Amino acid sequence: MKRESEMSAENKSRRFAVLAERDINKETFVEPWPEAGLIVADSPYDPRPSLRIEAGRVVEMDGKARADFDSLDLFIADHALDLSVAAEAMATPSLQIAHMLTDINVPQTAVRRLACGCTPAKLVEIIRHMNVLEMMIGLAKMRVRRTPANQAHVTNWKEHPALLAADAAEAALRGFAEVETTVRVARNAPFNALAVLVGTQTGRGGVLTQCAVEESLGLRLAMKGLTTYAETLSVYGTERAFVDGDDTPWSKAFLAAAYASRGVKVRFTSGTGSEALMGHAERCSMLYLEARCLLVTKGAGSQGVQNGSISCIALPESLPGGVRAVLAENLLASMIGLECASGNDALASHSTMRKSAKLMLQFIPGTDFICSGYSAVPKRDNLFGGGNFDAEDFDDWNVLQRDMQVDGGVLPATEEAVLAVRERAARAIQAVYAGLGLPPITDAEVAAAITAHSSDDMPDRDAVADLAAADRFLASDAGMLTVAEALRRAGFVDIAANILEMGRQRVAGDYLQPAAIFTSPAGAEGSRPLRVLSAINDPNDYAGPGTGYRLEGTRWEALQAIRQAQSPRHFVAPHVGPSSPRLVELGLARPSTRAEIIVAVGPAFNTALTRTIAGLEHEAVLAAILSGVADEGLTARIVKVYRSSDLAAIGYAGAELSGSGIAIGLQSRGTAVIHKRGLARLNNLELFPQSPSLTLETYRAIGRNAARYAKGVPPAPVGVKIDNWARLRLIVKTALLHRRETDEIADKPPQELWFDWEPD
Amino acid sequence: MRTMDDIYPLMEHAADTLCAASGRPAAAITLERLAAGELTDADLRIAADALRAQAAIALAAGYPQLAANLRRAAELTAVPNAELLRMYETLRPGRATHAEMLALAARLEETYGAIETGAFVREAAAVYLSRGLTAPTP
Repeated sequence: MKRESEMSAENKSRRFAVLAERDINKETFVEPWPEAGLIVADSPYDPRPSLRIEAGRVVEMDGKARADFDSLDLFIADHALDLSVAAEAMATPSLQIAHMLTDINVPQTAVRRLACGCTPAKLVEIIRHMNVLEMMIGLAKMRVRRTPANQAHVTNWKEHPALLAADAAEAALRGFAEVETTVRVARNAPFNALAVLVGTQTGRGGVLTQCAVEESLGLRLAMKGLTTYAETLSVYGTERAFVDGDDTPWSKAFLAAAYASRGVKVRFTSGTGSEALMGHAERCSMLYLEARCLLVTKGAGSQGVQNGSISCIALPESLPGGVRAVLAENLLASMIGLECASGNDALASHSTMRKSAKLMLQFIPGTDFICSGYSAVPKRDNLFGGGNFDAEDFDDWNVLQRDMQVDGGVLPATEEAVLAVRERAARAIQAVYAGLGLPPITDAEVAAAITAHSSDDMPDRDAVADLAAADRFLASDAGMLTVAEALRRAGFVDIAANILEMGRQRVAGDYLQPAAIFTSPAGAEGSRPLRVLSAINDPNDYAGPGTGYRLEGTRWEALQAIRQAQSPRHFVAPHVGPSSPRLVELGLARPSTRAEIIVAVGPAFNTALTRTIAGLEHEAVLAAILSGVADEGLTARIVKVYRSSDLAAIGYAGAELSGSGIAIGLQSRGTAVIHKRGLARLNNLELFPQSPSLTLETYRAIGRNAARYAKGVPPAPVGVKIDNWARLRLIVKTALLHRRETDEIADKPPQELWFDWEPD
Repeated sequence: MRTMDDIYPLMEHAADTLCAASGRPAAAITLERLAAGELTDADLRIAADALRAQAAIALAAGYPQLAANLRRAAELTAVPNAELLRMYETLRPGRATHAEMLALAARLEETYGAIETGAFVREAAAVYLSRGLTAPTP
């Protein structure tokens, strides 16, 4: 076989040239290479599951003796595995546990009990038996929180505080339960965290916020009360990668406890591909290493994890089975009781088809957070790696939820509500800056932030002054209380109260439990008291159809009420005008033997409806057809068919009456057919189904062709513009116009119409 | 018998007894007190007791590792911010010698009564030593 490069130019396929230009072909696809860690699952070097316990201590795990354990093995063996169930779990065939995952008669708790006794290799072996559909069922059952939710990313390239606050407020209004920001310049961290805190609590009280920065700085922000959770505590599946990440399982666990000691929710981060990217995969598959990460996460006492490859997503996606492995990661996390923020954040593909298809694996079963960061800002303003789904996809996302009756955690919003909440947030952050003596935010900046789509719409700020102020703010005692007080003094009492309530919730620590979020009505008013939802009071109880979380009631009503949805009751009105007085019903239509064409119209013609779907007046359409018939020297009679609204039946009835045997059937919406007596009802000479594309010229050509059939002169078929989108665009109107015609059906024979018209 | 629904959330079910690290009752964290200038940062800090209560809830709900983490967190509420950051830094790979790690464990245990965290650091010290994750002895 010739290689493509050896093919001559004339031997190039036009089709392949078009395929080469498709978005999907901007991606990189490679064959597996286990030695480089480029294999998503089933590396020949992955260990086989094993576990030996002596005197209450693990002495062998996954084929390795304790003396050979690295620090991760030690941590997993001594902190993650539930040794009380481990022997039973390891003795249970992996296939059986895979069956339990998909069996609606086995409760979540029974699967989790066994999963918590499984070694990393055992967990991977269970997954090996499952296809994506089975994993999705497993995920729907194993997800920790009953109610699914979503997280937003709010950042911008200019790190503009008013825009951050406005975007955070919009994200909160749109229903995101968590909002994560980060920095372009690390020193901006306290201000970005501040803007997002004020913004979210303007949009909806109770939204959890974080600022992803270096670990120590992150902890300082949390201590100041500027953030309520931390997510970027990264863990890796090999010791060398872990150390390159400047941590150990113990330091990460200590950090988790440090955060919790300040009342801050913690979620670790891991994901397939990171070890290979860091050059320390040790020939193991990505999924096996991720299983190790998850057990480290569990052992460290993190309530949850963000995984699903996250920023490395393109790496597993370059390999066969990559997207399946990413779903497997989410399932593994859920199986062992970790809250899962399931990826779908960093740019994963150029292809919208591929992106959406991948999303369905988490979107349909539902996860604790479908995205571990839905970019609530445009991609170019996303400082996390692009944003696989962004602010420009809000409507698409809302429609997907409405299509599938799936709760993807994003509420539809009106332009009016969004503008109002953005204005409030921008004004609030302006007041905080003024109250704290920070470099002022001008009214012009506020005005820009309200209507902005991206930071391109924002004026530049004095970056030097902002950074100096940020340093002073971080070093000062100012924190959550100072901010709340500044807001209260400036009259933003409700926002101040929301922020103070976050502080009060911090004292209770209810949101430290697995998969905790706060629910509250949208808007700053009436957001309190907040209601915490977590694995403790909202455990996922999915056990098959009719159980678990169901999108119904007011939530379903809210998710289906997209702003584009219109009442179908008004669709017909533009097609009803005054009936033409030039068209008069004479009485019973009788057969004839003249050389004539019958134009048979539907029961609503020129009465209940007066215009076609293309907006043509019925009178004008008739005149065009009759002109066409006249062009060929024949005349036409017009009859109205009452017993059917079906085009074939109308044409057929006309042909029965026609002296020439030729009739044109015409529905009120404009669809036409040329019929002939003797043909089967559903057969025809020519059919013109694309009524939206039919013009008066086409109708005239239809008239001409009908006459030529009658004369026995072979006509060339009428050329009709093909618009395959018309049906898609107009199908609702088509259905409603047809319904109106059908309403006019009456039990009487065809009636002859007199049309007061003469050819030119 | 008290079920989880009678205990959790604490904000709802322990409203009468729930206090911040400062001792101020959660119910007294209000906008009015803020306006009066009565609130301090310690009023928005979680108390060790609240963390222990959350740890007990997590344990009862089947999350023993989270419970252990929350117990360590309860111990760490006693450690000032700056020192807590230094302690974390000490535990990062290659930062501290074995002896320095043991000293950290001792300080946690003796100064802050952080028994579980101290033991956790001792365990880390042993692993770091065996895996070459300690700083070279000066």
